[in-house]
Amino acid sequence: MEFNPIQIVPELYQLLLIVALFFQSLGAGPDRPGGAETPPAERWLPYFAGFGIFVNIVSWNAQGLIFGDVYKIDALSQFFKLAIAAGFYVAVLNAARQPSLAERKRPDYFMFLALSAWGLMLLSSAVELITIYIALELSSYSLYAVIALRDNDKRAAEAAIKYILFGAVATAIALFGFSYILASQNTSYIAQLAQRPWSFQAQPMAVVGLSLFMGGMFYKLALFPFHFWCPDVYQGASNETAGFVATLPKLGAVVVLVRLAALLKPGLEITTLLAVLGAISMTFGNLCALAQKDVKRLLGFSSVAHAGYLMVGLVAGTAMGLAAAAFYALAYVAMNLLCFWVISRVATDGRNLQLDDLNGLYRRAPALAFALAVGAFALVGLPPTIGFAGKLFLATAAWNHGYNWLVITLGVNSAIAIFYYLSLVRHAYTHEAGENPPVPDNSPFSLCGAGLLAAVVLLFGIMPSGLFDYAVRAGQQLLP
Amino acid sequence: MDFGYPVLTSLIVFPLVAAAGLFLIKSPQVARAYTFGASILELILGLPLLTYQFNADFQFMEKAHWVPQWGLEYALGIDGISYLMVLLTLAILPLCVLCSWTYIGKRVKEFHFCLLFMTSACVGVFSSLDLVLFYVFWEAMLIPMYLLIAVWGGDQRRYASLKFFLYTLAGSMFLLVAIVAFRVTGGTFSIPELMHTHFSFDFQFWAFLALALAFAIKVPMFPFHTWLPAAHVQAPSAGSVILAAVLLKMGTYGFLRFCLPLTPDASVYFAPMMIAFSIASILYGGAIALGQTDIKKLVAYSSVGHMGFVTLGIFLFNLRGVEGALFQMLNHGIITGALFMMIGTVYERSHSRDISANMGLGKYLPAFMGFWGLYALASMGFPGTNGFVGEMLVFTGAFQHSPYVGALIVPGALLGAAYMFRVTIKLAWGRPSTAKTWRDLNSREWAYLVIPALFVFYIGLAPKLIFDVIDPSVEKLVSDLAPHIATSQTLAAQPVPEAVAAVSAPAAVAAVESPVEPVNN
Repeated sequence: MEFNPIQIVPELYQLLLIVALFFQSLGAGPDRPGGAETPPAERWLPYFAGFGIFVNIVSWNAQGLIFGDVYKIDALSQFFKLAIAAGFYVAVLNAARQPSLAERKRPDYFMFLALSAWGLMLLSSAVELITIYIALELSSYSLYAVIALRDNDKRAAEAAIKYILFGAVATAIALFGFSYILASQNTSYIAQLAQRPWSFQAQPMAVVGLSLFMGGMFYKLALFPFHFWCPDVYQGASNETAGFVATLPKLGAVVVLVRLAALLKPGLEITTLLAVLGAISMTFGNLCALAQKDVKRLLGFSSVAHAGYLMVGLVAGTAMGLAAAAFYALAYVAMNLLCFWVISRVATDGRNLQLDDLNGLYRRAPALAFALAVGAFALVGLPPTIGFAGKLFLATAAWNHGYNWLVITLGVNSAIAIFYYLSLVRHAYTHEAGENPPVPDNSPFSLCGAGLLAAVVLLFGIMPSGLFDYAVRAGQQLLP
Repeated sequence: MDFGYPVLTSLIVFPLVAAAGLFLIKSPQVARAYTFGASILELILGLPLLTYQFNADFQFMEKAHWVPQWGLEYALGIDGISYLMVLLTLAILPLCVLCSWTYIGKRVKEFHFCLLFMTSACVGVFSSLDLVLFYVFWEAMLIPMYLLIAVWGGDQRRYASLKFFLYTLAGSMFLLVAIVAFRVTGGTFSIPELMHTHFSFDFQFWAFLALALAFAIKVPMFPFHTWLPAAHVQAPSAGSVILAAVLLKMGTYGFLRFCLPLTPDASVYFAPMMIAFSIASILYGGAIALGQTDIKKLVAYSSVGHMGFVTLGIFLFNLRGVEGALFQMLNHGIITGALFMMIGTVYERSHSRDISANMGLGKYLPAFMGFWGLYALASMGFPGTNGFVGEMLVFTGAFQHSPYVGALIVPGALLGAAYMFRVTIKLAWGRPSTAKTWRDLNSREWAYLVIPALFVFYIGLAPKLIFDVIDPSVEKLVSDLAPHIATSQTLAAQPVPEAVAAVSAPAAVAAVESPVEPVNN
């Protein structure tokens, strides 16, 4: 197909933001001699990031297969690009008041965030394994740098090193797996791979290779056994950075897994492997989360569990299943952005929130406490939130496709998970504040953000059909 | 019939709108009055429900697409089984507002917000005809109830609220899995349509277990009852009232609405087990209630016993049993709700729920004691009160089913009299009296205690209207079940071809219906 720049306007726009941020990071910041004339990045970036959402909406209907058939623009990719742009906007707003980031580092910080989001956008259109790999690296490398940016905090440095080491190993595994796939199936295009057999009997090498290649995505998604970095990184990184790391990269991982899921028919060994990993992941994540005292660590283990939930949709092997997984990924991002927004606004001094720091939040910041309750109940999967709609779709799509035990595991795990999500609410509402509680940010900016995110979580919980329609359309393109 | 507005939807939406309006109000006193006004308005909005037709169809139906891709529908409607529960929910709300007028001193707005939210969710549970919609309301009501206990409760409120939440939500997860299984196997989420679908016995077996677990926790049936005493004792007065009057009914309503019509064969198969658990609940609840020193705990355990009568009535599968179960549901809501309000009333005077701190009230608070005596008598099933009608029907059904079952629950009724008399005697004449300086009921307390009393007598003396409401639905439920009972009995006797079972079915219908006529109420 002819290449037309109109097709990739969202990516170009994001690139433009990166370039602008890059030039600003070269310029003199306010705390350098002779500086102060450059406006800080957070003054203008939110408006432009917000405009990015609009750009994505405009290019919603773009179609095409370009750059030598490695880059596919379809309903799925546009769905995810819009989600990434919206998530990026919220993350930028969230990070704009970051207390633990020096003024002069801000342009660099935002540049890395934008770069990572750009990598994820590319990832959502990549339909060829090498392209996927490159896009994945693009989104990961910038995060390696961002995680360490937290004043001179040693925990952040530790988290960054862990993230890099884990990332490097996962990448190496993925590349190794890729070599197996290429050797046995002789192609790296997903469309062609889908025509090949994927049973262990027919293609043992390819199955091993694909499992390893998926490891790279599992690392992003923090699925067991690639999850060990997750709680440590959330804990070590600043609240705002954790809010980004916890949300957008999962979208990238999910979109690739959704594309790869076209290869996975129920009953194949590799599908069963996914289901088993999903079951272990949700159980392990939830059980570990029960014991956590640090809120971000708790959310870290919660995201391990949620990675497991996503597998339920992927193993179903139907368009509905893929749509449910895509929908759930979006729900997950919305719920976590909400939780991290509240965490960042409550910990205005940039500390790591303990559960006890939430005590009496109800009195200090009623609106934030309410938003946190909405987020927590959504993560549990209580109606009428988006979390419930997502879980219902996952379970309905996966039932009777050979993995009923996985659906039941999902149900049991939701029951386990109640305890620790509820303890967020419990501390905020029923405990009285102890000594030296953090002073929450009750400015209109903070409350509007929390209110809007909570509204999104509730609104799409009550009326999911519009959003789900798009997810279904995307799913049907992959598995007609 | 058209009233110019969707009745059930407005009953669900109006409390939510009113709850949102609460946030514009500053003064606690105004918030109370406002909520009371809203609750009256809610009752007025519910007036069209009085045009209910006495038949077995779903009425006041409303339908709209919700998520068409998954066949989710916003479908509402009520029949004889849910009608009374909806009315009960509506009627309880103003009483709750009145009985917490001075009881609740902190976070008054939020308290009333929870009450209104609760009402909306409860009406939703009883009127939804779509499994997912039902589940949404079922879960939505957990959050305000959790907050009612956790924020406004007693000393151990955190423990009690957490236990309540974990227990019920754990049960609901199985309900969710069952709902998904019904959707995939039956092809729809619509409850009326699923009622006409036949499921294989294997499927019914597991679906019944999942449903029954969720509902048994909610009822609560022995041995899943341990959350109830904790929750009741710690909850504020109005919380206990809603918990006892409405929430527990959701469990038994679930049995009637889902287990019996959707999984009839499994219900028949598991009936002996459910009957055994019910009898255990009756005897165990009564025996434990006998030993309590905390009045609220005593009434809470008595609830376990009374709800045992309800589940027993349901799983007897005969007309009188199910009628009795529905009566008992309504009666338990009225009587136990009233008893919890009275405990709140006396707690405001003594600041203790211990029997020893509330003795000798007869001389100083005659009006209070009079009401207490009335509700205590109704609770033990004294003739002339509504409690008698329900218990009588369940007894009739039990003896029809089997004399042994009937004989086993007689001690349960005796226990009911024993523990109620024990606490009433101490409250009225116990020495030393702690009540010398207390004032008797004021007019607000009179108001919220007189209204249930009217219903106690009305249903006790003239239950015909209630029979008219519930009978068509109950008859339909029981006659739909009859072929399954026959099938399972024939199959148990010897493996026979389907045809024989089908032939024996009409006979079974007649067998179930004929002994019913001579029973006099």
